Amino acid sequence: MTSENIDGGKALIRALEKEGVEVMFGLPGGAILPVYDPIIDSTIRHILVRHEQGAGHMAQGYAQATGKPGVAMVTSGPAATNIVTPLCDAYLDSTPLVVITGQVPLAAIGTDAFQECDTTGITMGVTKHNFLVKDAQDIPRIVKEAFHIATTGRPGPVLIDLPKDIVDPNNPRSELDWVDNPEMDLPGYKPEKKIDLSEIEKAIELIQVSERPVFYVGGGILKARAAEALRELVEITGIHVVTTLMARGAFPDSHELCLGMPGMHGNYTAVTSMQKADLLVALGARFDDRVTGKVDGFAPDAKIIHVDIDPAEIGKVRKPDVAINGDCRLVIEAMVDLLRQQDAIQIDRSEWKSTISGWQERFPLTYEDSEPGSRLKPQYVLEQLRDLTPEDTIVTSGVGQHQMWTSQYWNFDHPYTWINSGGLGTMGFSIPAAIGAKVGNPDRMVWAVDGDGCFQMTAQELVTATVENIPIKVALLNNSYLGMVRQWQDMFYDERFSEVFLSDDVPNYKTWAESMGCVGIRVDSPEEVPEAIAKANEIEDRSVVIDFRTAPEEHVYPMVPAGKDNSSIVVPPSQGSQER
Amino acid sequence: MKKTQANYTILVITVENKFGVLARVSGLFSRRGVNIKSLAVAPTDKAEFSRITVDLDIELESVSLDQIINQLDKLINVVEIRALDPAESIERELMIVTVEAEASQRDELVDHLDKVGGKVLNIGTESMMLSLVETSSVIDDFESFLSDYGIVELQRTGRVALDSL
Ligand SMILES: Cc1ncc(C[n+]2csc(CCOP(=O)(O)OP(=O)(O)O)c2C)c(N)n1
Ligand SMILES: [Mg+2]
Repeated sequence: MTSENIDGGKALIRALEKEGVEVMFGLPGGAILPVYDPIIDSTIRHILVRHEQGAGHMAQGYAQATGKPGVAMVTSGPAATNIVTPLCDAYLDSTPLVVITGQVPLAAIGTDAFQECDTTGITMGVTKHNFLVKDAQDIPRIVKEAFHIATTGRPGPVLIDLPKDIVDPNNPRSELDWVDNPEMDLPGYKPEKKIDLSEIEKAIELIQVSERPVFYVGGGILKARAAEALRELVEITGIHVVTTLMARGAFPDSHELCLGMPGMHGNYTAVTSMQKADLLVALGARFDDRVTGKVDGFAPDAKIIHVDIDPAEIGKVRKPDVAINGDCRLVIEAMVDLLRQQDAIQIDRSEWKSTISGWQERFPLTYEDSEPGSRLKPQYVLEQLRDLTPEDTIVTSGVGQHQMWTSQYWNFDHPYTWINSGGLGTMGFSIPAAIGAKVGNPDRMVWAVDGDGCFQMTAQELVTATVENIPIKVALLNNSYLGMVRQWQDMFYDERFSEVFLSDDVPNYKTWAESMGCVGIRVDSPEEVPEAIAKANEIEDRSVVIDFRTAPEEHVYPMVPAGKDNSSIVVPPSQGSQER
Repeated sequence: MKKTQANYTILVITVENKFGVLARVSGLFSRRGVNIKSLAVAPTDKAEFSRITVDLDIELESVSLDQIINQLDKLINVVEIRALDPAESIERELMIVTVEAEASQRDELVDHLDKVGGKVLNIGTESMMLSLVETSSVIDDFESFLSDYGIVELQRTGRVALDSL
């Protein structure tokens, strides 16, 4: 152990380096200034954002694409409040983040000092944990604890609030003895769970006798890096899989047992197979209301096996018949081991299989081609984009219709290729998340599928992308509307459109993109679509924005109306007369 | 985890004895709109830990006790949490109270106080200060008896409890 006198600001950066941080996203200001000075000499790449919300979402995109914790650093007051949305987003989607905020000096805390806000108070409900550091000597330990908490158990965002005096080399309070390997002091944090093998045996028994089982796979599979283990389990059991919005890519869409996305805008087969199942094996999924619909009517005949690392999720929404608290990968591996020791599954599920393929034949995802001269169909654009980009392309999205269509129409065959804001539904997520994902995967192609409403919330980060040389591509599905809200007004508010029309002609996305250093392309007709995508794919030295002019009246189908149970699923008009 | 038959629930939470921990714990109740009836907090025999006793009117609030317990347990600073079964624990509460009492009323008052095992802490010209350590229901009764005299000021600590032996 080395002993060395350094100041808090240097200690913070050194502690981040020790955690293996390679990149951080941020924007400086008064209270955090002393920590920005040692960045100049650090190995860590700092990416200067244009808005602190962008820093948070970039850190999320980076974390989701790489599996490493994302790091953001901003100043006090307005900067801290600007990053609250990404913290909440990361909290709901269990993304490991460490966010560092500046704070006014200790003596000024509580005095309504300039740019003071109660950051730890404000973020208490949207972080897995937060720290207000009061002694410079604690910095190395707290940084270590923050990374440990963010990345273990159920991952999540952790915030460190740093008063200026303890990081300012001109202030004697900032002096500390550097400790190379501080001991963590977390007596209440025990993320490792001991898996109860008898529960696994019970689960296997239920699986063996079930006639209509479905694996209900959630984002926890990706967090547990359990995609491979899952594939083994599925292949041994021959049971169908649905992948939730947070789990797209956790099991390959092209696999014959993959049914795709369930939920409010899930496909008919995924939704209905869950609804009619006699056994749901929930793996790292949390029975979100967007998946269950009306809880009372959800999968009424199904027994439930619920596997989750977080004991507070088990039984929160639906009481399980078998509860397994543990890491999904370890649990699945234990299940596979046990299944291997047993005889192959005897039960005849051929009828269930043919029921499922019947639904798939009668109720595929579908849309009508656009009339000549009218606006593009967003689904068509996405099919083209899917088919014309490399298989391992990373796709991010904003929130709205374009998000649901992307999740539906893309073919996700690899884990960690789909990054979106599932739990919080944060408009403006896609562009900064794509930048973060690209920073973590410079050799992969990254496409942000965005809506025109979303684009106008965070587009300025394309300036960051240009200046920092992080080329991404944006497919803007520009329907001139807050489309998802328009759809609800269309379906449930007598077509009375209130405050959803954005504009048909402003902003000019092509010139806006160009002014930010990107290539801007506008596409109006279907014939131009493949050509524009091919052109974008070829551009490697800067970002590209394609303004696809899409049809505002298009609805996302299927849809389970809010508050209804999943058997009330509304299919597209062309399938309305199909026998269910 | 035991569910109580009584119309109240006692949660006993061992936490790190640090600033902000009480706010984290109470925040989980407030975000659900659950009122905490009483709360007692003090360091344990180990100075680095505190014990919080929370008394909830869970009958009135239709929330899942297990869920609250699980989510409290997720707080990094919470070391241990459980619900105490009222039938299998011993509880006490302390009340100190100043009541109006003319000289002529004091004999009767002290007589009653003796019967419930209370103490006289202080005597003024027109009032007396009393204390009583008892179960909350005995204290409830004694408090309503005192209200006929006129309560000047009163403080109750809320329940604290330990497992019975
Ligand atoms: C920050 C934020 N504000 C409001 C909403 C509510 N909302 C959900 S989808 C949506 C419309 C999004 O419009 P756009 O980005 O154009 O996407 P589209 O639905 O048209 O594809 C709105 C306003 C939200 N999810 N996030
Ligand atoms: Mg739109």
